[in-house]
Amino acid sequence: MKIRAQIAMVMNLDKCIGCHTCSVTCKQVWTSRQGMEYAWFNNVETKPGIGYPKDWENQERWNGGWKRKKNGKIVPKQGGKLALLSKIFANPNLPEIDDYYEPFTFDYEHLQKAPELETAPVARPLSLVTGRPMDKIEWGPNWEEILGGEFDKRSKDYNFEAVQKDIYGQFENTFMMYLPRLCEHCLNPACVASCPSGAIYKREEDGIVLIDQDKCRGWRMCVSGCPYKKIYYNWTSGKSEKCIFCYPRIEAGQPTVCSETCVGRIRYLGVILYDADGIEKAASVEDEQDLYEAQLKVFLDPNDPAVVAQARADGIADNWIEAARRSPTYKMAVEWKIAFPLHPEYRTLPMVWYVPPLSPIQSHANAGAIETVGEIPDVQSLRIPVRYLANLLTAGAEAPIVSALERMLAMRIYYRQRQLGEGDGEAVLAQAGLSAAQAEEMHRYLAIANYEDRFVIPTRHREEAEDAYGLKGSCGFTFGNGCDFGPPHSTLFGGKMGRRKLRPERPLDT
Amino acid sequence: MLTNSYVNTLLFGVYPYICLVVLLIGSLIRFDREPYTWKSDSSQMLRKRELRLGSNFFHYGVIIVILGHFAGFLAPHWAVDWALTPVAHQLLAMVVGGIAGFSAIVGLTILIHRRLADPRIRLNSRKWDIAITLMLWVQLLLGLLTVPFSAFHMDGALFETLTSYVKGVVTLDGGAAALMLHVPLVYKLHILLGFTIFLVSPFTRMIHIWSGVGSLAYLFRPYQIVRTPKTRAKEPVRS
Repeated sequence: MKIRAQIAMVMNLDKCIGCHTCSVTCKQVWTSRQGMEYAWFNNVETKPGIGYPKDWENQERWNGGWKRKKNGKIVPKQGGKLALLSKIFANPNLPEIDDYYEPFTFDYEHLQKAPELETAPVARPLSLVTGRPMDKIEWGPNWEEILGGEFDKRSKDYNFEAVQKDIYGQFENTFMMYLPRLCEHCLNPACVASCPSGAIYKREEDGIVLIDQDKCRGWRMCVSGCPYKKIYYNWTSGKSEKCIFCYPRIEAGQPTVCSETCVGRIRYLGVILYDADGIEKAASVEDEQDLYEAQLKVFLDPNDPAVVAQARADGIADNWIEAARRSPTYKMAVEWKIAFPLHPEYRTLPMVWYVPPLSPIQSHANAGAIETVGEIPDVQSLRIPVRYLANLLTAGAEAPIVSALERMLAMRIYYRQRQLGEGDGEAVLAQAGLSAAQAEEMHRYLAIANYEDRFVIPTRHREEAEDAYGLKGSCGFTFGNGCDFGPPHSTLFGGKMGRRKLRPERPLDT
Repeated sequence: MLTNSYVNTLLFGVYPYICLVVLLIGSLIRFDREPYTWKSDSSQMLRKRELRLGSNFFHYGVIIVILGHFAGFLAPHWAVDWALTPVAHQLLAMVVGGIAGFSAIVGLTILIHRRLADPRIRLNSRKWDIAITLMLWVQLLLGLLTVPFSAFHMDGALFETLTSYVKGVVTLDGGAAALMLHVPLVYKLHILLGFTIFLVSPFTRMIHIWSGVGSLAYLFRPYQIVRTPKTRAKEPVRS
């Protein structure tokens, strides 16, 4: 057993209000640059929908993630090593920028400089790829916001697998939920496995997956290898970039920007100890529906003295072990079993988990008596089909999702019964398999959600930090051009890029 | 002018070494000092339509051509003579090189069309991106022109002269340039442009060839890579 630690994230979808503050603050900090306009390290999708980039969950089309061979070994779905290298000149699985969207701005200058016109001047969209006017904006990073567009198109959503989806196009049966997405910082990352240059790596001490920008050669295999499509090719710099889990903040004990700014307080960050030697076995289990349980078995109990002893032997600091004991993500994933990995069937063992959303009781159920199973309303009468959530979070296994939804309902009933003096709530907890202490703790973490409970992030040890003396007085990370900002200007090696600048044509000016 | 012996020595005796030194030292300096600029610079993301066809035809063709040049010119006599007569050797080179070269030039023509005709690619091209592609196209054309030319010299003698010249250059034989004095013009131009491509390579996207060779290391590494604080501490601190 080789124990490593990871800062894992859990998002409580039950409380996501779809405000996109996470996406916007992330963009402001990390991707507001030429070549990355189209890239959102964090984005929020409205489900059901085909998402961003289009149809990303359809691995028959994109060939991301891993596949299990007949002999039980797993290889990247886009091909083994030789097959992958043979596709290096033109990657057949690479999305085009239009599969995300053509980045655009508007000709704002025209609004200020337009001469006197018969009609009010308009700001036409300009492509940020060519600088030329666009006739029409065809797609955006959040085109399906709040069920935008026809149901026909949105119903291509991969998670409708084995769901009678036709009825959900009817107004009275429709449902929606938000799905914020970022890099999963997987235990078994397919991007790392796909990189011909060996530029992508997982950090041993906190599990963050990073791309070495000096080693990346722009072969683009990681973009297609990642089933979540969370690696973005910067078409200006010619390098791939990804969510860095705000590692400079994490190292200092601060939450990521998306977590810090989350208005709904849905995000949790905490340490999970895991057995690094168990990763390959867990990712290779035969039945896809066992992958969730297999990943849970890789996580280790920080209260087990044997685990603590081994963790110390493997060099994990005491403040990290202590943080693992207080970890909100461990509690939600392992103790309460209300959080689940996103699409475990990709076999990457993702480390950003989700608490499934409750949804209103359907109106037809409401009209009569609410169907209950024992003390708890039947989760099958919730508006969001359980099978849909199971396709999203457990490769289609419904039992764990049902149990999680029941526990969340049970916690509410327990509190309501006691608040209204309807009873002590013990029966409902017993049915959901929770103790009173657990229900109260769940309430504290999920409903109160104090900052100190949501984010338990141990700081890095100063003695392990890199020697930054050489960086003193320098300009930090730049794009290969000294202290200058922006893309590389003319140097001996690789000159200025193209003649691309915004060139609006203004037919309305005449 | 190319038959003047002073010019001949300059172009075929001195110039090749200037080009090779700039290629090697230039690449090394760029790799060491400007690693962020070291990349394949793919534009597939912006438009993949013509790229898959053009890029595969070009790259696979040109790899066979380059390997053919290495094998044909640098393999010592004892490694070849037992299997091939000089005439058969020349014929093999003409057929394999001709097919691969044709595939490469077809692919490159598609790529040039894409680069110049598609505004997304055209507007995001560096001057050198276009210049080097055109240079490669001319070089492939010159190379293909030598094929019918060689067909009139099937005795293998000219081929032998060229082989001796290339071997002379890589073995630092000062007299090698003299061999080129009376070689037909098309070969001279092909060789000169070839060395010129070496000369400009460190300043263009051509450096990705080094990494293409380097990517073969992928075949021998484990799938997962984990870096520890200790290994990272040894990495150079860059600003």
